[in-house]
Amino acid sequence: MTDRPKQPSRRNFLFLTAGAMGTVGAGMAALPLIRAMGPSRTERAAAPLEVDLSPIAPGQAITVFWRGKPIFIRHRTEEEIARARDVDPATLRDPQSDSERVHKDAWLIVIGVCTHFGCIPRGQKPADRKGDYGGWFCSCHGSHFDISGRIRKGPAPKNLSVPDYVFIDEDRIKLG
Amino acid sequence: MPENEHNDPLPGKSSITAWIDARLPVFSLIRKEYGQFPMPKNLNWMWCLGGIAGVMVLIMIATGLTLALHYTANTENAFASVEAIMRDVDQGWMIRTLHMTGASFLFAAVYIHIFRGMYYGSYKNPRELVWGLGMVIFMIMTATAFTGYTLPWSQMSGWAATVVTDLFSAIPVIGDDLVLFIRGGYMVGDPTLKRFFVMHIILPFVMIGVIALHVWAVHKARPNNPLGIDPKGPQDTIPFHPYYTIRDLFALSVFLIPYIAVTFFAPHVLTHPEHFMPFDPLITPGHLVPEWYLVPFYAILRSVTFDIGIPGTGIVLIDAKLGGVLAMLGAFAVLFALPWLDTHPVKSARFRPYYRGALMLFVAAFILLGVSGTHTPEGLWLWVGQACTAYYFAFFLIVLPLLSRFEKTLPLPLPVSIHRPLILLTGLLILAFPVKPAHADLERGYQVFRQSCAACHSLEFVRFRDLEDAGFALETSEDQKPFPFPYPDKDTAMALNNGAIPPDLSLITKARHGGPEYIRDLLGGYYASPPDQDMLTQGQYWNTAMRGHVIAMVPPLADGIISYEDGAPETVSQYAKDVADFLTWAAAPYETPQKQAGLKGLLFLLVFSIILYQAKKTLR
Repeated sequence: MTDRPKQPSRRNFLFLTAGAMGTVGAGMAALPLIRAMGPSRTERAAAPLEVDLSPIAPGQAITVFWRGKPIFIRHRTEEEIARARDVDPATLRDPQSDSERVHKDAWLIVIGVCTHFGCIPRGQKPADRKGDYGGWFCSCHGSHFDISGRIRKGPAPKNLSVPDYVFIDEDRIKLG
Repeated sequence: MPENEHNDPLPGKSSITAWIDARLPVFSLIRKEYGQFPMPKNLNWMWCLGGIAGVMVLIMIATGLTLALHYTANTENAFASVEAIMRDVDQGWMIRTLHMTGASFLFAAVYIHIFRGMYYGSYKNPRELVWGLGMVIFMIMTATAFTGYTLPWSQMSGWAATVVTDLFSAIPVIGDDLVLFIRGGYMVGDPTLKRFFVMHIILPFVMIGVIALHVWAVHKARPNNPLGIDPKGPQDTIPFHPYYTIRDLFALSVFLIPYIAVTFFAPHVLTHPEHFMPFDPLITPGHLVPEWYLVPFYAILRSVTFDIGIPGTGIVLIDAKLGGVLAMLGAFAVLFALPWLDTHPVKSARFRPYYRGALMLFVAAFILLGVSGTHTPEGLWLWVGQACTAYYFAFFLIVLPLLSRFEKTLPLPLPVSIHRPLILLTGLLILAFPVKPAHADLERGYQVFRQSCAACHSLEFVRFRDLEDAGFALETSEDQKPFPFPYPDKDTAMALNNGAIPPDLSLITKARHGGPEYIRDLLGGYYASPPDQDMLTQGQYWNTAMRGHVIAMVPPLADGIISYEDGAPETVSQYAKDVADFLTWAAAPYETPQKQAGLKGLLFLLVFSIILYQAKKTLR
């Protein structure tokens, strides 16, 4: 090789290029395998869900199943609305006023999954323990939610989240 | 190169590497076996196939495990879950087609690898175990390929499972009980599918273990070379890296070009229509064949059509059924015995003209077996299959032992002559881009489907969102739902159609011999006045495209029944063409991204191959 001094640098260049291309190519080839592990189109395409609210009397709650999660729908009484409004958001861990969390005062609609580690809080059934604030109580790690679904006591960092929904008419909503 | 160089501490390595190496010598092992490992100078391109096969195994495992995450191993859902992988999982069509054609290319690489071993005598002392372990790998591969073939639970899958498990019934006395045990039932079904799925996942990892032993053995015995004369010293060898790493990588890149081309542009060129119909335990397909790579052995199985007994006494020792199974097992067994059947001291066929001729004839017989195995075993093809089977065994059991004793070889050269590796020229596959119908044609075809076909036929695997993605104008916004099944339930469908449910049309253009052309011909093939009225009973019609010319489907089209808005002719032949185009789209809505991805892959490999070739050239 001593008689062809240029060869080694050309070789190094080609080796480096080939190495870089091979690495990038292998990476690109691995990408589809990783992407395939995400939710499939059927999963992502979970259809919007319409819920008829007319049978739910004030004070009652129902749970619907949407995108694999329970959705709490609660028809609140006047007294409950007043209780939810009678809180200074600034004193809360996750400050939100009740009006930010509802489209119509009487209807509280939240995703029934505790923001701590994903358990389902109790409080939907009349006999359930509803926690110190009269909303929901997560028995896994002891989080208390109020009648607006806000975290008031216990380890959960956030309020119960509000799903995307719209009122189609007076007493029908569409989730998603 | 001093013999003990690899025992030196690693020069110029960081202390962490040295620290690990002192406790677990992985780095020096790699350096010894893949860095400085002395390789014969004169290897030709056929020596690249082992490494290529190894990479293909890794590709199969990577794609296969991803598929396993989405596949459902029960007979109810297996077929639909495979279609869901093709249509719903992101890039699922890519992963599945890579896996499917990957099997063919893995076998192709392995067959060339085996041929190379036979041609250059790589199975002889001291490499008998290299060969034997290789054959074990081949056996495991065969079992893996077969179990994989059954997983989609299509007509081909279910019947392949039935026939292969039934082979065991040929064993005297315990045969029938053994079949029951292997199937886990009286007929292949859920238990069979589940155990095949588990085997299909476990066997490749067992194979990886045997591959490790195979490579270990070849590193111990040192690689053979085209001369069959082992290198005598450093002057005959070059280090593995960079000489053979770059060349193997180049060969791999070139090998991947046809693999990618077939996968993305003709993924179903080797797939039979029966693979697109769900398994029906009441109807055996007329044409049952394994994938091409196992057909030669299948042909050997079928070539024993006679009982073997004591002539003149009528005593049957081995009936034809058992004989066939024994012949097939024997065909594998003689491969294992090869090192002891060919004991000629000269390895390479280059210096053994008679052996070379006999081997080439063997290759021809093996290929002919493959051809005859795809034909019905009758007449000429049966005879060809039998003749080739006879030669297959004669080659191993008669020709090789005789040549070992009597063949005179050509004069042998000095140890190594420098042989420039042949440049592997791969003729790029001529990529047949089928003329893609314009969207307006598809739109018309969809109209014909809706207004005519949809009254009786479902389109189970097509979602409205697929149509939306393809730019169809939809009337309803039921975007996430599949096409509705046109009847309240299956019983109603059967009752209304003389006991036969009109077939689902999602895959119809793939599931019929003749594809879209057949659909077109069928729809346009009705005769208003049948030539032979007596052949028809009530509810039957005369159709020239239908096998037997008798069809139960009411003629679905007539000139003018569907009004096109774009002024295309409102004739049966136009309707038929349009709906066939639409159904072709429906059978593979992912075809456009598939071809785009394929082009990118090919372009990449082309550039990569050129760079590697240039890099390889600097090493001369």
